[in-house]
This record gives sequence, C-alpha cells and structure tokens, in this order.
Amino acid sequence: MEGLHHDTILEPEQKNLKKDNDISESSDIASINMIDGSVKDFSQTEVNKNLSGEYKVNLYEQMIRIRRFEERSLRSYQQGHIGGFLHLYIGQEAVAVGSVSVLKENDHIITAYRDHGHALAVGMDFDECMAELYGKKTGCSKGKGGSMHFFAPDKNFWGGHGIVGGQTPLGLGIAYALKYNNKKGACLCFMGDGATNQGPFYESLNLASLWNLPVIYIIENNGYSMGTAESRHSAGDPLARRGDAFDIDWSVSNGHDIYEVRQTISDALARAHENSRPSVLEIITYRYRGHSVADPDQTYRSKEEIEEYKSNKDPLNLFREKLLKEKNITEEQVKEIDLKAKGDADASAEFADASPYPDPAELMDDVYWETDNPKEKKSYGTMFFETPS
Amino acid sequence: MAKITYREALNQALSEEIQRDKNVILMGEEVAQFKGSYKVSEGMLENFGSDRIIDTPISEAAFSGLAVGAAMMGMRPVVEFMFWSFCYVAFDQIFNNAASVRYMSGGLINVPIVFRGPANGGTNVGATHSHTPENFAANTPGLKVICPATPADAKGMLKSAIRDNDPVCVMENTILYNMQDEVPEDEDFLIPLGKANILKSGNDMTIIAHGKSVHTSLDVAQTLEEKHGVSVEVLDLRSIRPLDVNAIIKSVKKTNRVLLVEENKPFCGVDAQISFIIQEQAFDYLDAPIKRISAIDSPQAYSKALENVQIPAHDRILAKAMELI
Amino acid sequence: MATIIEMPKLSDTMTVGTLVKWHKKNGDEVKNGDILAEIETDKATMDLENFDDGTLLEIFVEEGNEVPIGSPLAAVGEEGEEVNISKQKKNHLPVPDVNVVEESSAEEESNDAKEDLTYKVESNLAEKEIIPVDTVEENISLKRILISPLAKKMAQEMNIDISKVTGSGPNGRITKKDILSNSSNSIDENISTGLAQTLPKLVSVNIKDDRVVPVSKMRSIIAKRLLESKNSIPHFYLQKEINATPLKNARIALNLKLSKKSNEDPTKLTLNDIILKACAETILLVPEINTSWEEKGIKFHGGVHLAFGVAVDDGLLTPVVRHADQLGLETLSLEAKSLILKARSKKLTPDEMSGSTFTVTNLGMFGIDFFSGIINPPNAAILSVGGIVQKPIVDSMGNVRSGETMMLGLSCDHRLVDGAVGASFLQLLADTLESPASMLV
Repeated sequence: MEGLHHDTILEPEQKNLKKDNDISESSDIASINMIDGSVKDFSQTEVNKNLSGEYKVNLYEQMIRIRRFEERSLRSYQQGHIGGFLHLYIGQEAVAVGSVSVLKENDHIITAYRDHGHALAVGMDFDECMAELYGKKTGCSKGKGGSMHFFAPDKNFWGGHGIVGGQTPLGLGIAYALKYNNKKGACLCFMGDGATNQGPFYESLNLASLWNLPVIYIIENNGYSMGTAESRHSAGDPLARRGDAFDIDWSVSNGHDIYEVRQTISDALARAHENSRPSVLEIITYRYRGHSVADPDQTYRSKEEIEEYKSNKDPLNLFREKLLKEKNITEEQVKEIDLKAKGDADASAEFADASPYPDPAELMDDVYWETDNPKEKKSYGTMFFETPS
Repeated sequence: MAKITYREALNQALSEEIQRDKNVILMGEEVAQFKGSYKVSEGMLENFGSDRIIDTPISEAAFSGLAVGAAMMGMRPVVEFMFWSFCYVAFDQIFNNAASVRYMSGGLINVPIVFRGPANGGTNVGATHSHTPENFAANTPGLKVICPATPADAKGMLKSAIRDNDPVCVMENTILYNMQDEVPEDEDFLIPLGKANILKSGNDMTIIAHGKSVHTSLDVAQTLEEKHGVSVEVLDLRSIRPLDVNAIIKSVKKTNRVLLVEENKPFCGVDAQISFIIQEQAFDYLDAPIKRISAIDSPQAYSKALENVQIPAHDRILAKAMELI
Repeated sequence: MATIIEMPKLSDTMTVGTLVKWHKKNGDEVKNGDILAEIETDKATMDLENFDDGTLLEIFVEEGNEVPIGSPLAAVGEEGEEVNISKQKKNHLPVPDVNVVEESSAEEESNDAKEDLTYKVESNLAEKEIIPVDTVEENISLKRILISPLAKKMAQEMNIDISKVTGSGPNGRITKKDILSNSSNSIDENISTGLAQTLPKLVSVNIKDDRVVPVSKMRSIIAKRLLESKNSIPHFYLQKEINATPLKNARIALNLKLSKKSNEDPTKLTLNDIILKACAETILLVPEINTSWEEKGIKFHGGVHLAFGVAVDDGLLTPVVRHADQLGLETLSLEAKSLILKARSKKLTPDEMSGSTFTVTNLGMFGIDFFSGIINPPNAAILSVGGIVQKPIVDSMGNVRSGETMMLGLSCDHRLVDGAVGASFLQLLADTLESPASMLV
C-alpha cells in the first residue's frame, strides 16, 4: 500500500515550497506548521475571523447535507435505481463548501465528474439532483446528463464534465468571457490529481498565464487517480508546483479544514479579481468510497488507511468538534441538522422514484437550439436521421 | 456585383459579423499579426484590434475548449484551425464539449461557436494535413457541418453559421481560396444552412457533390453533355448536417440515375449515408444502381503522382458516369 | 419494521452477486457503516455495507451462493422483531446445495449432447448433395431477370411481362427506356387517360371442360345490384364526341406547374381527375343529375359525391370521392389516388364505397371507344368515358385535319332526368372539357 499521500508530500525538506503572494502568507505558514503537528488556527485568518456562529453552523449543515444526500444516493444505486457510474464526494465536502462560501457575484464554477458536492454547494436542490441520478424527467438535466453532468448556469455552475481534464480549457473560456466583458470575477475550475496529467491542462495553464486570465485551478488531490496512487501516477511533488513552469502562483493546503480552504480560495480570488492572474491550488483531501461506487478499493489501498482518515481528519467531524468547542452549536442542533438532512435525502429519493421517466420523444429535445426553437429556425433540411417512431 | 475570391468572401463575412456583434471574436494560430496562414484574416487585426482578432499558441485543445467555455457564457467565438486535420488534438473539446453540453444540461446551455478552416487534400501536404472530417463531425448529433463550394456560399453560409446558436463546423478548401466569383456586398446576405443548390439542371443523371468536388462534377457534366449528349443535373449539397434530403430525392426522381462524388474517404463517408437515403426514399425511381466516387482509400499520399489519382478527378468521375448510361 | 437488506447493485454491469463471507451473524448488533458481508461481483469482491442501526435478525443467503440483484440477503431490525418477507421476494432465494450436484451432471449431459451434435452435422453433410458455388450463381442468374426498381414498377403498372422485354442497360438490365419502347400504343393511352388501372387477369383454362366457379361475395353483390338497376330503372342513353386536345394539353400544363410548385414529390394529375372535377362543376349547374328516386319523393342531394369504377382482379369496385364539388383539383386527385390504392389492396371501408350521388366509369385505358354504363343505384345517371382516339376532324375553319377525340356516354334514369336535362348536362360537361380553363371560374 502506498500510505497516506497527504503525509508524504508536505515535507518541506524534500519540497521547497514556493512562497505564495503576500496575500496568502497565512496559508503558507499553515502548510509548514502542519508538519510539526502544530496546527495553525485558520479560524482567525482574515476571511474567517468575523464569521457569525449562525454562518458557521450553516457551513456545517451544507457539508452534512452533501454527505447524507450521497449516502442516500448510494443506497438507491445499490437498489438498482441509478444507472452507470456514481462517483461520490464523501470525505471531500469541505473543499466544495469552503470554496463556494467565499465566492462573489461574478465568480463561476466548473468541475469534473465528481460533481454532486459542488452542485449542492452552489444551491442546487436535492430533488432535482436525485431525480437526475434516477434518470427522471424532473432531473436537473431532464435525465439526459446523469451523475457526472449536473449543470446550473443560473447559479454560475457550468457542470459536471465526464472526461478527465476536459473541463480545464472550458474553465479558461469562462474566465476569458468574464475578462472580455470586464466583469470582476473568476472561474474556479476543480479537477482531480489524476487530471493534472492530461495535456489540455498544461495548454490551459500556458494560456491562463500568457493572457492573464482569472481562472483558479483547484486540484482536489484525494491521493488516487481512480486506483493509481499519486506516487505511481505523477512525477514531481507537489502537483501544484507544475504551475511554477508558467509563472502561476500556486500553493498546497489542507482540505479537511474548511477554514483553511476558505482562506486559500479567498487569496486566489483576490489575485484573480485585482490582478487578473490565475492560480493553481492543490488541496489535499481524501475520498472514502471507491473511484466510483462500482469500483473496489482493496486493490490499491487498505481499510486501515480509510479508517485512519475517517477518524482523524474527517472534515465534518473536525468542524463539528470546533463548533461545539466554540459553543456555536449544541449536540441537539447537531442531531437535528443530521435528521433533517437524512429526511430531505429520503424525501428526494421518494420524489425521484415517483417522478416520471422522460418520454421517448424527448430524446430529440435539447440537441440543437434551433430544433427546440422551431419558430426562430433559420436553416432548412433534415437535422435528424433516425428518430423515435 | 463585385467578383471577389473565396478567401475575400470569408474575410468579408468575418469582418461584417465582428463589426455587427460585439460577442464575435476570431481566434486561432497566426490569425492576427501574421494575417492568417492562408491570409483569410488579412487586415482584420488592424481593423478590429487584438481584443477581437486573437493569435493563439499552437494549443488546439486549449483554445478550442476556451472558445467553447466562452460560448457557454454567451460569446460567439470563431475558431480557426489552420487545417481541420489539427482538430484531432482538440477532439474532446469539439466532439464531447461543444456537441454535448446543450444535451447533457437538458437545454440549459447553448454553444454558439464556429469552428472553421480548410479540410482538403490535393495540395501534396501528406496524410496528417489532408483530412476531411465532415463525415464524422456530421456523425455527432449536436454539431452542424457545412462545406461551401463557391465564394458566395462561403460568405453567406459563414455569416449564417456565426449567427447560428448551435456549434457549426465550417469546412473550407485551400484550393478554392483563390476562386473568384460574384458575391453580394449586402451585409445581411445570408445563405441558410441545409439548402442544397442545383448548379446545373439536367434530365438524364444527377451528380451530387459537396466542396471542391462540385466543381470537378460540373466539368464532368459539361463533357457528358457535349461529347455524349447526356443531360446532367449537378446538385451541390452545401450543407452536410442539416442535409437537404428533399432536394436530393426530388432530383433523383427526376433523372432516375445518380452519381455521388466526394473527396471524403469512402468507408462511412458522407455519400454512404446519402446513398442509403436515396435507396430508402426513392428506390422505385432508380433506373440504375447508385454509383459513387470518393477519395481512394489509403492515407492521403504526398506525391503529386499519387494524390492526383487519389482525389476524384475529371476522368475517373467521367468513367463512372459512363457506367450509369 | 425490520429492514430487508437486498443484494445490492455494486457495479454498472453487475446482474448477480455471490455472497462470499458474512462478517456478522444472527443476533449481532449492527450500526450504520458496518460491513455485513463480502459480495463478489463481475468486477471484484466488495463490501456489503449496513445503513441501519439495530440487530441482525436473520440471514437468508448462505456463504457461497449466487443470487440476483434485489434478492433478500438479511434482515436488520429491533431485537425480537418478526421478519416478514414477501413470497415474491422469497422466490429470489437460491436453492441450496443441490445446485452443485445438478451442475456437474448437467455438464456431463451437455458433453454427450455435443458429441451427438458433431456426429449429426457430419452425417447431414454426407447425405446432402454438394453443389459447387459457381453452379448456384449460374442458376440464379439464369432465373433472375435484371431490371431496375423503376422499370419493375412501371412494368407492373403497365402489365408488361418483363420476361419478354430485352434489357439494354449494363449486364442486360431492363431500364425505363426498355419498358417505354416495349409498351404498345394502348399502354400509352393508358398513361394519358391516367387511371393506371390494371386489366383483370385472364386465367387461361381449357375451354372444353365444363366447370362451375363459385360466386364470390363481390360478384354476387355486383350481380344483384346491376340486375336490380337494369330491371327497375328506365334507362335512356345519350352520347357526345368531344375534342380531346385541350384536355390533354391542360393536363400537361397543370402537371408542369405542380412539379414547379412543390419541393416534394408533386401530385401527377390524371385525365380522370380532371373529368371528375368537371363533372362536379357541371352537376352544380344541373342539380337534377344529382338526385335519387325515393319512396317519399325525389331527393336532391346537398353534396356532390362522385363514385368511379376501379377494376380489380375479380370484379369492380366503386369508391366515392365525397364533396367533390368542394375539393380543389389537387386534393381531389390525391383523394382519388388514395381510393384506387385502397381498392386494389381491398382496404376500402364500406363508408368509402357508399353514398355516391353520381358515377363516372372509364374504359379508355382498355382501348374502348364508346360504351354506355348501367346506372349505379341510387344515382340518377352514370357517365361513361371512352379512350382518346386520333382521327380526322373538321376544325372551326372547315378544314379537315388530324385531331384527338373522346366519346362521352351518359346513361340516365328517365324517372329523374328527362332527355333535355340530360342533354344540357352532357353539353355543359363537353364545353367544360373542351375548354378546361372554364373551371377556373
């Protein structure tokens, strides 16, 4: 077994970590402090110190809700209600919730196929997401996208993309459009550690830096590209250091601490908003489930490894402990939030189950704008060569 | 009406649309300072500035994907491929992202983008630079594909493509870039996609072609008429998807004999689909088997001696046409 | 209530799973997240996870058994709780142990069967005459007549025996040209009069033998109705020859226009379509023609519903174009064509064959110059149309020249239509057909 990747890559003796811009001094210190075992308290950094108790509880609730939703979806998958693949985000919740929580009006998000966490964090609701997993008409993509392809452009969420690394140029384009239209915004482009080895990612880094585009590549490093450990898939540690080749600011931080995530993203957003500069942020995290729930774990990691992370670095447990200690939340509230999340997740499964499947005729909808808007159609001729009879 | 080249017609279409709509930009390798590797965008950097005419590094995957992302946000980028052959390194961005995002999002997101550039053999540039991917672009629901064959079509159809709300692949031809013909100067001169054009009317046989093979077919039609007394109708498809099936069937019903000519490779080429449609919809009107001429089925050859044989030329088409009579 | 834990779907391609090992046993306390068992799927061995807090009440599937997705594996609930498992679910349960024995014996059997099969195949081969491939092809090409789809369709419509046609196309294929040059004048006529009807098939039998052919239902109806008509209706007959050239020219001009007008397969008008239209127009001027003799009195029909004869294999059908007076020429033509097709394929509904107010019958395509039809009850008259014939005519200048004429016959029921009325109808109809443009107003 490869061991816990996040313990190995943060050693400063081996890796001469690049110092971030001044703005992100805090996260840099944190990374180094982590190695001594003395954890820096990110709750007191710029972006976190003035948070209300209520706000913090809300962050916690969002994470719990993502987890309960996904646990429920796993049951539905096992009951045969959900087709194909189901890539669960369980263990990584603090990254999506923390990142989204610091976004401003013109900031946008795009991610890969492990997208439920980001979708729920931007405010998509349980019902439309669960129904999409069930392949129902009431799903967010009317049953045409599935687990890997959730979209909510009205919430600045641009998917949900199935091909590893395929979304990295799209994120660049979103940032390009923001800059072209003089919007003070950025695009957070999430990706996994495995995606860092795809060519389009480097092409995108080059353009991002060359053209000063406000795109923030967030490598959610969960240690494995499917079943291949980082030490077996990537040369050069840490992964974010690859941004250095393109003069892009980069950093490595911990994904189990939502405060640290918030601070890291905030710093990068400032670079994007003020200087229209890209960033590469590597956030160390962990997934408890297989690459997809259909994939076994035992071939590449041990149960002990998973258990250790669960007991020591679970982002939900850690945050709950903090909130309890700060007396921002009570045990009853914790239970209440959990019950509500479970109840809503169950209700979404019922909603999805009761929802109708799309009609066969809907196969032909949403392919072309033009065929969906026949009144404004300008072209002639046959667009489809086989349709449902 | 002014006679201008196919290249100038493209330039007019791009310039007029960039002028008309702030969301339109042109992006690609050597399009700005270099004035376009085939001089299609000559003068445009000077006229519109570097915000609108953008030189990219040699990174087809990144700039194609970037343009798709920008289109999702409402821009209308025109992406130039120096050759359509180079789209192969950007395949995922075109065939997964541009083509499928609308569908996978249940219609929430549009991708109003144009990918354009030359897609042809015949210039002795070897296998990697001579691909004609109109067949597999048209095999991808979500994409539209057009192959304008004349300067007027180049202008009118590119303008329609830029104004279209779906991704359109415009496949041009370097050999046609110098072709001159009359082109309306009207800024709203639009030729709708999906409308085939009868370039020559006839009674005894229909030749259906697209792209440069339209012109070879017209030459053959002339020979057939003058030397063999055969009256040939030449139908230029112009657009592959959408496809003007009515025009095809109408002409076949009129002449009862059909020869398909394309520079695409034969296996699952565009004309494979067209011959299927003809037998399905006009079987009882066929007085002879459908005949077909395409590029010869090897990777595109470099040597002039070989490539001239490979691409459907006058005599090979004529011989095939004679089999029909 | 106890939760039934079912065989989960653990991969995208899994349909059945094998229970490899139970990690918990009956009576064990279990929590959310506990691993209950290991399941082997088509991809790997995976954990069976528990989602409920409680006690493992019962295990339904023993280690080593394979069951489909959805089969109950165990029940988790409160201690002492009774487990209810539906009959349907229980059907999923595997049959224990016996399986193994059965499998091995089945294997032996199938081996035997395989041997048998091989033997049979060999013996079959030995018995069969082996035909060289070349000969097969030769035989086929001897029998098969090469003909283009278009020529084949034309030959069928024109009733031409293709085995008698020599093909001039590649490999001797019969093409459109061959069919056209093979067709006689009468067939040309057939095309121009347009009903494109097929001659009833003549069955050649030895005429010396006496034989009785049973009367078909259609034939008995024809017999009954026509006998009744001829016996009860006082027929009288009118005839008129018309100049057919304007009619022919009008048809050509109209078809040309239609082909320009439509992108789709244009409607091709037949002469019969134009004659039907002219009848409908003329009837509006002479409503007496559009009547029926009824007990209560003479019924003047409110609409013009035109029947026309279609010869079919063993008889005659008269489909009805309803409200022909309200239909444009194109629509009328489409309607008539659809009725002809239905008549030939015996798909006319009773509704489509009844309610006529006037009938047109046409034997022009069979080379008949003139005839007088029997009235189709309850109509007051029937129009009989002959073929277009080339013959000398005297033109308006008094010169004799070659022209084309057509004979029209009108059989009338004297109870409803007097001679003068019938004559005026036939005259008006002739005028219309001689100057078809008059139908424009």
